[in-house]
Formats: sequence, C-alpha cells, structure tokens
Amino acid sequence: METPIQQWLEANNLSGAVVPNCQPATFILPADHLLEVLTELHTQPAFFFDQLSCLTGIDNGPEANTLEVIYHLYSIPFNQSLAIKVIVPRENPVVPSVAHIWRTANWHEREAFDLLGIRFSNHPDLRRILMPADWEGHPLRKDYQEQTSYRGITVKYDREKLYE
Amino acid sequence: MRQTYHYHPANFDLSEPNKFEAASLRPEEMIINLGPQHPSTHGVLRLEVLSDGELVKDVVPHIGYLHRCFEKHAENLPYNQIIPFVDRMDYVAAMNSEHAFAMGVEKMLGLEGQLPKRIEYIRVLVAELNRIASHLIAIGTYGMDIGAMTPFFWVMRDREHILRLLEWTCGARLLYNYIWIGGLFYDTPIGFEERCQEFLNYFRPKVDELETLLVNNKIFIDRTANVGVLPLALAINGGITGPMLRASGLRFDLRRVDAYSVYPELDFDVPIGTGQMGQVGDCWDRTWVRLAEIRESIKIIEQCCVQLLNNHKRTRDFDPQALVPKKIRPKAQELYVRAENPKGELGFYFRADGKSDIPFRCKARGPSFVNLSILPEISRGVLIADLVAILGSIDIVLGEVDR
Repeated sequence: METPIQQWLEANNLSGAVVPNCQPATFILPADHLLEVLTELHTQPAFFFDQLSCLTGIDNGPEANTLEVIYHLYSIPFNQSLAIKVIVPRENPVVPSVAHIWRTANWHEREAFDLLGIRFSNHPDLRRILMPADWEGHPLRKDYQEQTSYRGITVKYDREKLYE
Repeated sequence: MRQTYHYHPANFDLSEPNKFEAASLRPEEMIINLGPQHPSTHGVLRLEVLSDGELVKDVVPHIGYLHRCFEKHAENLPYNQIIPFVDRMDYVAAMNSEHAFAMGVEKMLGLEGQLPKRIEYIRVLVAELNRIASHLIAIGTYGMDIGAMTPFFWVMRDREHILRLLEWTCGARLLYNYIWIGGLFYDTPIGFEERCQEFLNYFRPKVDELETLLVNNKIFIDRTANVGVLPLALAINGGITGPMLRASGLRFDLRRVDAYSVYPELDFDVPIGTGQMGQVGDCWDRTWVRLAEIRESIKIIEQCCVQLLNNHKRTRDFDPQALVPKKIRPKAQELYVRAENPKGELGFYFRADGKSDIPFRCKARGPSFVNLSILPEISRGVLIADLVAILGSIDIVLGEVDR
C-alpha cells in the first residue's frame, strides 16, 4: 500500500530506495534534495511532520566508506512516523542543517558533528557538545583510536598492565 | 607524586572555552558562570550566562561533564549486557528506561505481545512506582531550588518507601537491571502487591499534603507563575515531550498514543496545564502537571495490584525468565522505539546487522537532552533568580543529558 508520502516522493522523482526491514518506513534521499523535501514534509498540511523525534548519525565503517544521517519525523496530528536517510561519503561528510526547521536538530546535529564528524552546513552554532572542545577525533567512528593522553590525563590504558 | 592546584588566571585556559568573548562585550554586559559545581544545576551542568545587571540576555548551556559515551559502550556489548548502561542514563527512573529498551529489543526479536500478562503488569507496576519516585525528586528539588527546604525532606521520606519496595524486588535501590529482554529477573517477592497497596494508602494523603505545602503555597506561586512560559508551538518545534509538553497544553502521552504494554487496559487520565495561576506553560503548570501525574500513577499502580492479585495470580510454576532468549541475535533491521519516561519521550534507535549479538548502532534519544536545549529560548530577558526557577522546572537528569 502506498502512503501519500510515497506518492508525493514518486511524483517528484525523489522516491530513491526504500530501505527494507525498517520501522518506521525509511527512504533514502540525496543530500542536495534533503532540505526541500524536509521543508515540504514539515509545512505541507497533508503531512505536517511537526516534530523531529530523533536525529542519528551512523558510521558504516571503513569498508563501506560512508556515513549516514537518519531523521525520525513524527506528526502529532496524524500520528504518523517516517524516517529519512541521507548517505554521505566519509572523506567529506557535509549535510545541510535542518536546525531552522526543527529546533530539536540544533543539539542533535552538534552531537553528530562531535561524535562522528559530520559537518552540517548553515548550522547556527556548530561546536562540540559532549566531548571537550580540543578533543581529537570522533569517538563513534568505527576506526576511532583514542589519544594516549589528554592534558596530562592518561586516556588509553594498557589492559594487561592495569590488572597486574 | 601529588600535584597541587594553584589558583592562577592562566588556569582559565584549561577550562572549556566560553561562547562569548569578554573583549567583545558591551560595557553593561557581564558573563556569569553558573556551575558545573552548583546545587541548583541538578548535577554537572554549566551555564554561561550573558547578563545585564540582574537580567539574563543569553544562556549557553555547556554539557558533557558526565559523558560516558553510552553509544560506544552499546556498540561493544551484547543486547542483554547493555541494560545496566541504560539504567545509568536516567538514574532516578531506571525502570522506565529498562522498559523502553527491553521493548525495543523484543520488537526486533518478534517477541512483542507474546509475554505473559503477569510480566507486563509487573513491568508497568515497577515503572509507575519509579515514575512517582522521579516526580517526587523533581518537585522536591525544585522547591529547594527556589527556597523551600522542608518539601525536599518530605518527598525524600516518601521516596524512600518506593526505593525499599524496588530494592525488595531485585536487590538494588537505584540501578535495577530488573526488566530483562523477554521477561524479568525475578517474579515479585511474596507479599509485594499487598505492600504496594499499603504504601498507596500511606502515600495518598501525603500527595495532598505536598500540594498544600508547596504547590499551592503563596510564595511558590509568586515565584513560578508566569515565569518561563513555553508556548505550545515552540514546544512542539523544539521536540519537547513529557510533562513539559503537557504543561504547555497538549494532551499528548505516549502511553495513550502508542498504547504499548498493558496501558490500554488501564484507566488513567492525562493531565495538562491550563494556566490556573498564570499563563499556560509556565513553571507552575509544569510542577502541577507532575503532581497530577503522581495521582494518575497511583491509580495505575492500584489497578496493577488488583490484576496481579486476582486475574494474573502468582503461581508455583510461573517462570519470569521462561521467554528470555539464550541468544539474542535479531535479524538485520532498523528500528526506532519510544516510550513515555517521567521526563518525556525516551527513544532508542537500533540497527542490527543480523550477523552478531551486538548492535551495529544504538542511539538513545534522551528527553532531558532535548528538553534542556529549549532553555536559552525561554530564559532570554528573565531575572537570574528566575533562570534557576526555569531550569529546575525542566527537570533534567545530567546522566541522561550527557549519556
């Protein structure tokens, strides 16, 4: 069964790939169409996704060499959920910010930037949020190697020596 | 060798940089640093306040002092071993978080709706007990934030009874690891339901007392009414959930909307803020909604006890771990699951690759994290004393903000 959202995406040649085994239903969008589609989903009276429940960044690992951002949208009046996925390359991950559409995105995008190194263009205040400002690397990357020490504090412990 | 800390201006370079620079301030402006070691920040939250005399011009919350990277831990552990880490996110309402997490993994395994009713009722019973405990903390510490000491001692006394009940079920007072994927650690101890009913008989008049002492107190109303008004449109746009959203006037409760577990079989109301003392969505409304929710939770616990004592009785051969899977390996899939926590919508995003017992990615959407992000919006132009009142009424737990 096709939902109005699917029909609308197809009518605009944006349907992309529907990701299998996803709950809620998830669509992949190219990064350059993201902003217009999300704006439309937010404002159109037929969809009216007035809440951004969650924004997740994922690292697919060095083999796949991609990062993903997933937007979990929820519409309070229609009680409908939808997820939109954007896949970007690992070398230059840039996704347009949606913080001006949903305020929720502001901190969530900072978190994705902090932990995964995804850059959100036009973000009002893109700083690290959970890690210290001068931390090196992005901890949620699959190939992350922690620094040996941070301002004189040992970060990396040798497990063997620790329990001697 | 022991190093001593010397107070020196250069040491400021060691602290987290401010967003506002002292050099670019106007003559009347000043940066005031609130926290991270400050009792009214409810933990280790640091607020960088740009002030003009007594007025707040802007607030920048600096978080991350309690960051343990729950998500990195979760990527290295089997699903059942993540539950203790979930406890430590919102450590004053661990049962609710466990319930949400267990529901998510059960959905992935296809166990949804197959659990015995007794297990579901026990889960709801302990989760609602914990919801009362969390709201008591929220109201009590909020009173303390704005100058009322006594209510804090009263709520801690009543919360102690709840903690003892929960300790009796599983041995832990705060971090339970009681709700397991596919079941429970133990059945309730013999006599637990009767003790819960006794507790409710004791507790019901105490709620009225708390209302008279604190919430309807003239000084409390003067301090909170018309302060920190959160308009509904801003609340929805900011992703605010839980008592904060309901105080802004929307009857939205995931226990009703998603109707998970046995909540559809239970009779309870969803209280909303009506602006009784000031405007809809002010600090007083938020506190009142929490108090009203305590009364609703009492109703739910009552019904659960009746069900557990009559329709879903304890039997000799009942094994709460009967459906707990020996090997938790969900098929390749992605799932977003959410549940109503005392503070709002707790969401978990899972991705399983189908090849391992460890999630490929597990993201937690904590309600405190999202609710706190609205603080700058609603506290511009208020007095510094009111900033503390607004922060307290948001009811954050830093363990969940920083994860």
